[in-house]
Amino acid sequence: MIPRPFEYHAPRTLPEALALLGEHGDTAKLLAGGHSLLPMMKLRFAQPDHLIDLGGLAELKGIREENGVLWIGAMTTENELIWSTLLQTRCPLLVEGARQIADPQVRYRGTLGGDLSHGDPGNDHPALMIALDAAFVLQGPAGERTVAADGFFVGTYATLLGPDEIMTGIRIPVPAPGTGHCYAKLKRKTGDFATAAAAVTLRLAGSIVEHVRIALTNLGDTVIRAVDAEHALSGKPFDASALDEAARRAMAACNPLPDLRGDADYKRAMAGEMTRRALETAHQRATNPARC
Amino acid sequence: MSSKTMVSFMLNGSEVDVVVEPRELLIHTLRERCQHTGPHIGCETSHCGACTVDFNGMSVKSCTLLTVQAQGAEVRTVEGLAEGGTLHALQEGFMQEHGLQCGFCTPGMLMRAYRLLQENPAPTEAEIRYWMAGNLCRCTGYQNIVKAVEYAARKLRGEAAETSHPLIEADAANAH
Repeated sequence: MIPRPFEYHAPRTLPEALALLGEHGDTAKLLAGGHSLLPMMKLRFAQPDHLIDLGGLAELKGIREENGVLWIGAMTTENELIWSTLLQTRCPLLVEGARQIADPQVRYRGTLGGDLSHGDPGNDHPALMIALDAAFVLQGPAGERTVAADGFFVGTYATLLGPDEIMTGIRIPVPAPGTGHCYAKLKRKTGDFATAAAAVTLRLAGSIVEHVRIALTNLGDTVIRAVDAEHALSGKPFDASALDEAARRAMAACNPLPDLRGDADYKRAMAGEMTRRALETAHQRATNPARC
Repeated sequence: MSSKTMVSFMLNGSEVDVVVEPRELLIHTLRERCQHTGPHIGCETSHCGACTVDFNGMSVKSCTLLTVQAQGAEVRTVEGLAEGGTLHALQEGFMQEHGLQCGFCTPGMLMRAYRLLQENPAPTEAEIRYWMAGNLCRCTGYQNIVKAVEYAARKLRGEAAETSHPLIEADAANAH
């Protein structure tokens, strides 16, 4: 319950925050919503000497659309995602996903950027971001760079975010009209991390699958893009055999760790089932968006 | 050892100044320095919500917030819910509908419901359950908490706030 002592910094601007990060290096941690970091500090899993609170940086907040791309500030909270009328109409997958994350109080604090930067394979946003073909804007001492969500997550708690960088925003291309979507998450109870979950975006040209992306949550040491499963559907009619094959390939892409949520076989089977359900719902929504 | 910081915030309408180590959690400041011991601690993994307070218009788990983050904040705890000795509709609802037993989760439940009803004055049962999911209760089985929130919602909307327990009404009628 009691964290180790540390120094607290509350910069007001991004350059100030970057300077503090540069000054304190590996002994510093960025504090966003604090709903992964503080719990780890309370259990002494993390013991930083310096906390740099990003809560005062207005430039890291907000949701807007610019030329067909949604920009979401990294410090935007889960509830702000859920309640955004822009996202509800332009990117409903993100809203559907955020509604399945944690609980109301946690969603008032936890941020999109923090969920992503944490690099926990149990977090839901990595899969959502890959399904949405998002990119992350990272600001370092030498300037800004943008990296794709697909490839950003390299291991458990490990991402491409450098120790001297701050994620400032998330860029999501507005899904084309007619894009179906679904986030199917199996969990033991509200607020739990997924036993298995699948994020899907899918678009049809007639009866042929023109676009599909499948990403899996908590089924390996990091989020998994199920590329083989996508290939089972891409350019083919969306039928039972293609769906079966996609689910089989999603299972094959998993490398789940056994824990209290189940053994590897169970999780792998549930990965197939969540993939199937997410694809079916995304297909329905792509076929008949008005009814969803 | 880290240096201490002075933090000023509004607590139930009164200004509070505390001097804390950065590592001090808001729940400990509220309970141990401000003697507002209504907010409780039920876990150390941010699940139970017994420590929920209203913080700048948000329901937050005060065990997962540093006191230094409360600089300039507006904080309301269960102690600030009643006005002039009159119970808030939620407090009345929890009493009328038997929405508490041991009372340990109740301050957090009340503060979460307080914010919920401002965001959604007429929630359905499913909405109440979904938006109260950050608060655990060991005693009630939640059923009466749902009824308590519904009671308060009706009262705050200016509708007749009738208890869902007909026997209580019958007893009250017989007493006259």
